Amino acid sequence: MFYREAGQFKTTYEADQAIFPILQDRMGIAVIMVLALVIPLFATDFVLASIMIPFLIFALATVGLNVLTGYAGQLSLGTGAFMGVGAYACYKLTTIFPDMNIVVMVLLSGIFSAGIGIVFGLPSLRIKGLYLAVTTLAAQFFLEWCFIRIPWLYNYNNSGAIEVPERTGFGGMVLAGPASPPITRYYVVLAIVVAITFLVKNVIRGRIGRTWMMIRDMDIAAELMGVRPLFAKLSAFAVSSYICGVAGAMLVFFWLGAAEPSSFSITVSFQILFMAILGGLGSLIGCFYGAAFIWILPVLLRTLLPSMGLDIASETVEHVSRMVIGALIIFFLIVEPHGLARLWQIGKEKLRVWPFPYA
Amino acid sequence: MDILYQVFIDPFVQMVELPDFFLQVLWEGFVSGVLYALIALGFVLIFKASGVFNFAQGIMVVFAALSLVGLYALGLPAYVALIATVGIMGILAYTVERTIFHHLVNQPDIILLMATIGLTYFLVGFGEFVFGGDPKVMITEELGLPTGSTAFDVLGGLVILQHIDIAAAVIAIIMVACLAVFFNKTRIGRALRAVADDHQAALSVGISLDQIWMIVWFAAGIVALATGIMWGARSDVSFALEIIAFKALPVLILGGFTSIPGAIVGGLIIGIGEKLGEIYWGPLVGGGIESWLAYVIALVFLLFRPQGLFGEKIIERV
Repeated sequence: MFYREAGQFKTTYEADQAIFPILQDRMGIAVIMVLALVIPLFATDFVLASIMIPFLIFALATVGLNVLTGYAGQLSLGTGAFMGVGAYACYKLTTIFPDMNIVVMVLLSGIFSAGIGIVFGLPSLRIKGLYLAVTTLAAQFFLEWCFIRIPWLYNYNNSGAIEVPERTGFGGMVLAGPASPPITRYYVVLAIVVAITFLVKNVIRGRIGRTWMMIRDMDIAAELMGVRPLFAKLSAFAVSSYICGVAGAMLVFFWLGAAEPSSFSITVSFQILFMAILGGLGSLIGCFYGAAFIWILPVLLRTLLPSMGLDIASETVEHVSRMVIGALIIFFLIVEPHGLARLWQIGKEKLRVWPFPYA
Repeated sequence: MDILYQVFIDPFVQMVELPDFFLQVLWEGFVSGVLYALIALGFVLIFKASGVFNFAQGIMVVFAALSLVGLYALGLPAYVALIATVGIMGILAYTVERTIFHHLVNQPDIILLMATIGLTYFLVGFGEFVFGGDPKVMITEELGLPTGSTAFDVLGGLVILQHIDIAAAVIAIIMVACLAVFFNKTRIGRALRAVADDHQAALSVGISLDQIWMIVWFAAGIVALATGIMWGARSDVSFALEIIAFKALPVLILGGFTSIPGAIVGGLIIGIGEKLGEIYWGPLVGGGIESWLAYVIALVFLLFRPQGLFGEKIIERV
């Protein structure tokens, strides 16, 4: 009943091929966008800075990984390092051009990440499946090593970490740095994430996206039908790394404020992979579900468990929340291997026929 | 030209000039290679029999070692603790099979991989919850393992061999031999290989998947225990050992996922290559290259043989 598209007739090709052809979807997206714009006005700085901003950034990184793993079928364990490339590139760019708008710098830094991604994507033309994991792991550990051993990257400072300088833009607003208010950073992040997600959605619907999916489903057949694997795979690596790079730059400039090489360790790569798989490989909305699940749940557990009147040490909470997350990951994999996005789809089907499921 | 000299000539000159040091490095590389091979062996066992890339092998090593030390600390004699730990690994195998993999038959590889990573998270949390996060000391002497070291006069210098390293090598060789016989000569071994080829086909000829998987996880648990003892004797037993799973990955990929000899040869190549690279070529770029050299070595081999050194040839059909 709630999700029935009966009566919504399409009279033009444009209407038929719209991103959200169903009225309910359009309304849903509009509601979410309004909420995303309005809620922060009432939220505390804690909620903004430690839940909303990281959630959006991780969701974007998950979108990046999903392009590569979910749509083009190339397993990657190097997401964290590609994010790091974006962050360090942005840091160097803003050191060299201190007067440029930081948002432009963030978007440009993704290009460096894309370049590195293409280099490490080259072996994918010969190595497939789980074996490809070694390439991306090589990228992960090699780049992490570079972040430590190349002092030029962090401007030769003694701590070996990068610290975000204060940057203003858009008419004197403080966008990055210790003095920037979380709400400004939130809106900047939101704008970038929405814009990139929208672009990706369109790329995936288009010619390039469909060649990626052909490569994923069966690369030899795709090749025989005229898809160039070189172009398809490398473009997937480039787009994916670009998005991850932007996410990494945002991670440092709009959230953490300072970062060291360990901020982009293999743990981050796995976290993003979890988000992609739990959310649903090959689904953009799933990226957001996955990021919400993996990021927000532990924060909630950490705040809720002590407040339930249980007097437990903070390490114990940490351990228990790890156990709970591990168990939940397994639980969701067993219940629905195709991720939360599939659960949502099933829910939509149910809503469609409710309250007469057999009619 | 100077850089070419430093890369291509100088390291070899050093090797020839100080042969005893070279031998020592080689031995160190050999020993860490054996340990990598042991971990990789645990992976191969499970991969061969269930097609699951068991990411949790690393944490199983930690878990087994911690259980052993923990039980000993409770006052059990060392050997009783050892047997009890084997029992714990059995229970773990049973639980894992019943609660997780029983429900994931015929799922794609990546889902199974994710399930084992979920298991890793759970076991890390559980292990820290039960045993605490502090490093523990492995009960090497109580288990009757040798601890001293012997120095040999070789080529005008001293080469020092730790007894525990020799023991590790011997134990690894014995385990590999047993596993090879088990896989190739016994009825269960044949069933294991059938399951690896095709879950459904194996089920249809009457092989009990549950039983096979339990056996395999148990065997991997015992390998994990042996690895934990050996590795724990060289350093402390702590959750830092978890990262050795990442070290085993290039080994495994280099050797091919399904090959036990591959795991051994891969382990030795990676172990020795890593040590030689770190000692002789590392200083050129500022050191610390151990963290990624293994992957690059594996990558170079893979470019020539995409299925690993001993992997079955990948035949692709449309």
